[in-house]
Amino acid sequence: MTAPAPLIEFRNVSRVYGRGEAEVRALDGVDLTIAEGEFVAIMGPSGSGKSTAMNIIGCLDRPTGGEYLFKNTPVQSLSNDALALLRRHYLGFVFQGFNLLPRTSALENVELPLIYKGVPAAERAARAQEALAKVGLSGRGAHHPSELSGGQQQRVAIARALAGNPAVILADEPTGNLDSHRSEEILILLQDLNAREGITIVMVTHEPDIAAYARRLVIFTDGRITRDEPVAWNQAAAAEAPI
Amino acid sequence: MIFQAIRLALRSILRNKLRSFLTILGVVIGVAAVIAMVTVGQGSSAQVSASVESLGSNMLVIRPGQRGFGPPSAGVPIRRFSLRDADAVATLPVAAAVAPIANATATLVAGNANVSTSITGTNEQYPTVANWTVALGRNLTPAEVRAGAPVCILGQTVRQKLFGAADPVGQAVRVKTISCQVVGVLAPKGAGSFGQDQDDLVLMPIRLVQRRLNGDDDVNGIQVTLSPGVGSQEGIRAIQALMRERRHIGLGEDDDFSVTDMKEVASMLNSVNSVLSGLLSSVAAVSLLVGGIGIMNIMLVSVTERTREIGIRLAIGASSRQVLTQFLVEAVVLSLFGGVIGIFVGLALAWGAGVFMSIPFTPDPLVILLAFVFSAVVGVIFGFFPARRAARMDPIEALRHQ
Ligand SMILES: Nc1ncnc2c1ncn2[C@@H]1O[C@H](COP(=O)(O)OP(=O)(O)OP(=O)(O)O)[C@@H](O)[C@H]1O
Ligand SMILES: [Mg+2]
Repeated sequence: MTAPAPLIEFRNVSRVYGRGEAEVRALDGVDLTIAEGEFVAIMGPSGSGKSTAMNIIGCLDRPTGGEYLFKNTPVQSLSNDALALLRRHYLGFVFQGFNLLPRTSALENVELPLIYKGVPAAERAARAQEALAKVGLSGRGAHHPSELSGGQQQRVAIARALAGNPAVILADEPTGNLDSHRSEEILILLQDLNAREGITIVMVTHEPDIAAYARRLVIFTDGRITRDEPVAWNQAAAAEAPI
Repeated sequence: MIFQAIRLALRSILRNKLRSFLTILGVVIGVAAVIAMVTVGQGSSAQVSASVESLGSNMLVIRPGQRGFGPPSAGVPIRRFSLRDADAVATLPVAAAVAPIANATATLVAGNANVSTSITGTNEQYPTVANWTVALGRNLTPAEVRAGAPVCILGQTVRQKLFGAADPVGQAVRVKTISCQVVGVLAPKGAGSFGQDQDDLVLMPIRLVQRRLNGDDDVNGIQVTLSPGVGSQEGIRAIQALMRERRHIGLGEDDDFSVTDMKEVASMLNSVNSVLSGLLSSVAAVSLLVGGIGIMNIMLVSVTERTREIGIRLAIGASSRQVLTQFLVEAVVLSLFGGVIGIFVGLALAWGAGVFMSIPFTPDPLVILLAFVFSAVVGVIFGFFPARRAARMDPIEALRHQ
């Protein structure tokens, strides 16, 4: 088995907020490499820098020290517009609070990244429908977020991340607002996307049984990585997966 | 992308209909004021020049009494003119035509119809001096004027009221105890500078009016057409010299009569017009400014309200330029809504004012286009700051908002 190309590479990355007395070292010399096709879960206590790391991976933020390479390109030297292009073409986000546009149909929410990609209207609608079908919401395109359950809203959000054909899906506590049954559905969906479409997934979670769906577990403590190990094969998850 | 932005803008504007309407009210008022003002202004200045033209070009009006406003000074009775004054003016080489005027108001009766109108007693020169054309029949003759013969010429309005469309020439009309024969009808002139009906008049020999209607021999004024090539200042000087001599006014004394150049009246009317336009323009400018600030204010509110949406869009891959475009387009669309409504309101106002003041309604496509463009410019200027604020948001903070 040849080593897959590194997609995400942190080299001694740090992120410092404030300065002087108020200085907070949210990330403090992190080395992390994630290859294409991985499914990584990030865990750690509150305030340990998980979200900070996700924001940097997602090109929403830049490190204050060290280097971040995305597809071997150093990100910290890129302009804001270049970061927007990276997000547009390679990254998909799934948030804890779903973050769908209110008063906008599910289909239009899913079309959003395609608008910024400049996809023509007809193709846009077709691709958005396709993405909705992948998350099992074929008939719900016309519904507004307020008419959907939490689990359905999160699936719309995943469809939106998916519609842009991303290399990576970044999910910061995607099941934080869902009960365990809905959480399981979402994780099975993510697992499926990872396995079938080869999409790299990086997910932050607080729950070990959610992390168990991933194939690699990274643990942050006080802005540093304190553990990084493969996830043991999870019988329970495997048994419930309908694949 | 722009198309998409317009669609989005329309949607967010329509989502808050009342708020959007209140927001654009300032622009509506500003644009409506501009449109109404320009349209009415153009109509009325066109009309002033037309009606001055119709008064007769190169015409002077001589009136007894000092020029100016207010009542004449106490104890100084106005010395009237007489027909001899008019005859004297007529001997001046600067005068090409001279018409003395004696005014009266009376009711004319023909058959069952009657009409109260103003009667102008004058001579056969009057149509030339005051730029009237005799459309039917004939003018007064010098013999009729000398004799004060019971004949008259009707203005179109009087003719309509007494005879309708029928030919009145040769018919008799009764004024008080006089039975007057209609010898002619004047061609219509339409409304005057103040919206008065110029065609509501009857011409009669001046002696007839003096003796039989007024019971005196007063001349209310003398109208003079200057000879070709004579400037109005030259004409005024010659007439003043003659009248001062005839009225024995000493060297140190003021004139007790006035000589008015009708062109001056026209330019005065036009300057009143332009002062009014200037006033309205500043109202419009202030209103547009206030309207623009209203748009800026509501766009700032909208940007703040939609912080999270902006964060989502940025995370999904919108560039800050695309976010800027979205909000700028929204401001411009909002402002254009205001502009378009304002154009219609302004045209309606101008039309209404035109009917009310009998001014022609002449909408100017160029002005309408300008108003449209200008409201877009207001949107760009006042929408830019809020849009830039949206575009400069930090996506992480925007996503964390609320
Ligand atoms: N914008 C900011 N300004 C200042 N400090 C910040 C900012 N964002 C994060 N921090 C600090 O950085 C540290 C790491 O925060 P981060 O959000 O990455 O934690 P986390 O691991 O995601 O925690 P949680 O599990 O609660 O989401 C915290 O101490 C936090 O207070
Ligand atoms: Mg976090």
